[in-house]
Amino acid sequence: MKKSIPWLIVPPAATLILFFGVPLALVLAVSFATRGTYGGIEWAFTLGNYTSIADPLYLRIFWRSLWLAVLTTIICLVMGFPLAYVIARAPQRWQGILLFLVIIPFWTNFLVRTYAWMFILRSEGLLSTVLSALGLTHEPLPLLFTDTAVLIGLVYGYLPFMVLPLYAALERLDPSLIEAAWDLYARPLQVFTRVVLPLSKPGVIAGCVLVFIPSLGAYVTPDLLGGARSMMIGNLIQHQYLVVRDWPFGSALSFVLMAGVLAAVLYYLRAGGERGLL
Amino acid sequence: MKTRSWLVAASFADLLFLYLPIAILVVFSFNASKLSARWQGFSLEWYAKLFTDQALLSATVNSLIVATVSTVLAGALGVLTAVALERQPFRWQGAFEVLLLMPIVIPEIMMGVAMLLFFVMIKLPLSLLTMIIAHTIFNFPVVALIVRARLRKLDPRLEEAASDLGATPWVAFKRVTLPLLMPGIVGALLMAFTLSLDDFIISFFTAGVGSTTLPIKVYGMLKSAVTPEVNALSAILVLVSMGLVAVATWVQRK
Repeated sequence: MKKSIPWLIVPPAATLILFFGVPLALVLAVSFATRGTYGGIEWAFTLGNYTSIADPLYLRIFWRSLWLAVLTTIICLVMGFPLAYVIARAPQRWQGILLFLVIIPFWTNFLVRTYAWMFILRSEGLLSTVLSALGLTHEPLPLLFTDTAVLIGLVYGYLPFMVLPLYAALERLDPSLIEAAWDLYARPLQVFTRVVLPLSKPGVIAGCVLVFIPSLGAYVTPDLLGGARSMMIGNLIQHQYLVVRDWPFGSALSFVLMAGVLAAVLYYLRAGGERGLL
Repeated sequence: MKTRSWLVAASFADLLFLYLPIAILVVFSFNASKLSARWQGFSLEWYAKLFTDQALLSATVNSLIVATVSTVLAGALGVLTAVALERQPFRWQGAFEVLLLMPIVIPEIMMGVAMLLFFVMIKLPLSLLTMIIAHTIFNFPVVALIVRARLRKLDPRLEEAASDLGATPWVAFKRVTLPLLMPGIVGALLMAFTLSLDDFIISFFTAGVGSTTLPIKVYGMLKSAVTPEVNALSAILVLVSMGLVAVATWVQRK
């Protein structure tokens, strides 16, 4: 039976509404306001902030973000599946150690992990130095500040998000089902596509959503590893807010980004995975 | 099974991919050369430099203040939320749960933007305080989720037994439920502390002039001249994270 509002929930609910609900509502309100002459906000209603997103310049950034996020998700899935499977089938003692190894990067500072790739990919960085020492290249390679560098950084950053839910799903998979498939002379590919994959679907969906969401809204990775031409939505929003100081347009961009993210979450909930968001 | 060997090889490659870059970073933090990518002998020079960098030290202090205060607040709000959601269903609970998940789900950049806009509008100057508020908001739903999951696994009969024996709800909670929840709460607090310590984007939007935190400082270093000092600092941060995960895993096991 539902009671009225218990006092326990009052402090957290009030905090959340005041310091999170209100700020979000403000962003929504400002996204329909007009930019003042000196960068302030004028409360004159307009849809202009949303229509100007249709500018090819901005559409290209949206398109690149979507494309990079999808590519990151696919690469993480392909790379993460074998690891998750091996962990799920490893002896108990090894499972703990392997999971621990996957979780450590997740707890490690994101800037530091991104910097590791700056250090490797820079034109006077490790990879260039090694390659030229081996006589393979003669001039510094343009590796950093490219879309490829951003892609590497995103995959590197979010691979653990894929492995953990995949592991959770595969660990529950009854190994005798796989053995049965072998006994019935299924080929390796058939065992995978007809048995393993369907049974681990919730994990696949959870992993894909968990990788896709932060990749789509990425800011640090494209900022540090990408060049001026590898801007993603996150960078565009930051640029509008802190550099151009067009807050109404920045707010409209944030809302479109959030709509994309919420669509992914909704798909995830529809697909039946309400548990284990983390 | 015959497919095993290539799967193990692929997994090994994955782990190498995850760890090699960090390992390289740590190794080169001991490099004597200033132009970092060539090995020119072992040196602790960069570590020594870190400890004399006044700005870095004060950023570290700021980070610890923000992380500690926001973790305590997030812990209190998170435990209240978890207990209310699990034990005292209320009206509009569904709507509240959706709002509670939002700070975890929405992109950090959006959260940063919303917070900045809010603080500017209510004319609260950006400072450690605004950062503490923002960190509490993104951390308490995390604590609530973890503690709630633990609470679900508890046998409700334990609490019922306590009240049958004459304990008031508060005493039953304090003497029975809370001790059983403790590993979950400590794990959640460690997680919140780490998330706060590592956060860059939301801090970047909500930090004031004198309230630079460690990640903001690191970002500044990465954006300007990258010196081996950054490697040394990174190595220390990696070590700290590993320590925190080790403690968290150990606590949660109990």
